[in-house]
Amino acid sequence: MSLKIENLTIYYQTIAGNVRALEDASFSLADGEIMGVAGESGCGKSTLSNSLIYLHAPMKYIRGRVFLDGEELPIHDTQKMNPFRYKKISVIPQYAMNAMNPTKKIGRMVEDLLKSRGENYKEILPEVKNRLELVKLSPDVLNMYPFELSGGMKQRMVMVISTLLDPSLLLADEVTSALDVSSQKAVAEMLVGFRDKKIVKSIMLITHDISILYQTANTIMVMYAGQLAEKASTETIIKAPRHPYTKLLISSLPTVGVRISENRLAGIPGNPPLLLNPPTGCRFRDRCPVAFAKCAEVPPFVEIEKGHFLACWKEGKAHA
Amino acid sequence: MLKIEDITKTYKTGTFGGKDLKAVKNVSFDIHDGEIVSLIGESGSGKSTIGKMILRLISTTSGKIYFNDKDVSLLKDSELKEYYRHVQGVFQDPFSTYNPIFKADRIFSVLHEEFFPHIPASEWKGRVDTALKSVGMNPAHVLNKFPHQLSGGQLQRFLIARALLLDTKFLVADEIISMLDASTRIDVLNLLSDLRSKGLSVLFITHDLSLGYYISERAVILYKGSVVEIGETKKIFDNPVHPYTRMLMSCVPRLDKKWQDVEVELTEKKPMTANGCVFYERCHSEYKLDECAHQSPALVEVEPNHSVACVCCKG
Repeated sequence: MSLKIENLTIYYQTIAGNVRALEDASFSLADGEIMGVAGESGCGKSTLSNSLIYLHAPMKYIRGRVFLDGEELPIHDTQKMNPFRYKKISVIPQYAMNAMNPTKKIGRMVEDLLKSRGENYKEILPEVKNRLELVKLSPDVLNMYPFELSGGMKQRMVMVISTLLDPSLLLADEVTSALDVSSQKAVAEMLVGFRDKKIVKSIMLITHDISILYQTANTIMVMYAGQLAEKASTETIIKAPRHPYTKLLISSLPTVGVRISENRLAGIPGNPPLLLNPPTGCRFRDRCPVAFAKCAEVPPFVEIEKGHFLACWKEGKAHA
Repeated sequence: MLKIEDITKTYKTGTFGGKDLKAVKNVSFDIHDGEIVSLIGESGSGKSTIGKMILRLISTTSGKIYFNDKDVSLLKDSELKEYYRHVQGVFQDPFSTYNPIFKADRIFSVLHEEFFPHIPASEWKGRVDTALKSVGMNPAHVLNKFPHQLSGGQLQRFLIARALLLDTKFLVADEIISMLDASTRIDVLNLLSDLRSKGLSVLFITHDLSLGYYISERAVILYKGSVVEIGETKKIFDNPVHPYTRMLMSCVPRLDKKWQDVEVELTEKKPMTANGCVFYERCHSEYKLDECAHQSPALVEVEPNHSVACVCCKG
């Protein structure tokens, strides 16, 4: 078990009160698993990933425990997290394209970064070059400034930097969303390659684009308004989802081969609730076509089949 | 309705404008009444440039754009205003379209002052409400708010509502749903389709083939400013001929097939034929010839309503 999270709850502190962005998230990630995290904007997927690497204000740790390879991560303590960051757990941030220092040559920046983690650049350099080859970049990029690279190249460069110290867990936040379809595919396949070559043990791939997850992820976890809705193998989520939200979400996705004249897709009526003062119980209740009285209580996130977790009173009941 | 004839756009680049960059090269196509045409290409393909030229936000270097048989570049003052009454654009980033100091609904009052000064305020309010309802929003919830109080989807639908308030016949929709969430995306697409049935024509600019496939009757595939394949959407997708289109198809993340399977399928389906060409460097087609490096291929009709610019189609 690579990553294990228990009841993780993170709020944002605002003048108006706490924004309950992540509520009682409990799940685990197996060794070698690429888990996709899907959901609409504001569902808490980035909060989940940010809290694991750098929990800072206005984010507020409420409760929960995180274990990585059997060791507890002190995520609420910024200082104590330092030995884990980059070495055990690393991130490709959402803003990866702008993540590099524009005033320094890339090689120089990598050197500084490694020094700050107590590593020797000279010793690691050959490995850096190997990795660059893996992502089809020439070693010359180390002598270039970030502005000399295209968006896709920058993204790949950041992938190399992020994984240089072979972290156990890699958090990849919307790494493909700003890219063209052809570079999207290349980047996604390289991520899978990193896992296959055991450079990283497991990956949490956060994106709103479910079709990318279908191509790369082993499992998909769907989140809604700060709560976990469903987690199962990719095939199950796409072909046989159980949570009403997942069902509606999957059926609203246009894919090649679907035309409006033949098959008009429907969206999900309504909007996600505001998390400042979210409704009690299941937060999807108001938009859910099968909601009933019981939904006023928070549904537990339980395993209904092996590897298939679900938080729904209606769908989960039959298997309880 | 709208006819584009052989348009080219050259940008000056370099420190002193000494270099030329051809963003759009000799592009021609037309859009009929009540038709949605997708303009598909990667970043840098010139798709947004074409949209901006239609909206006259930038000039054309050569070639003509005709709207109802009138040359758009010659329109002046009142004629131009009349043109904007019928031709409108909605762009990718709804957040940067609004002035954050003013309330979001200011876009409606500006329109009122500028285009419909003779309509009394009460009647105008009714029109705004109707337009907002037709894009699926409740006026009571969204009016009188600042841009930061509304979501991206709401702001984007505001802009579409604004375009509807005018007597819009032609809409340039430049990546309008790439910033929206999956669940609201489909609503905006369906909205466009409903408006089409009321006679609106749309140039739907996108990099996402599945969206283009979903909504449009015809598609134009653009690579480095040139049209490489044009025709009925279904034909292009079922039978992509140009090596570039084929490469795009193999990269689209799909929900029904994995990438590996698509590649296998495309290799099995041999392209009909391809030539000298914008796609030369990245082309791995077996039909690639030495002359492809020198000679740019013309659009050839491979089947009715489906044309391709590739040497593979010549013979």
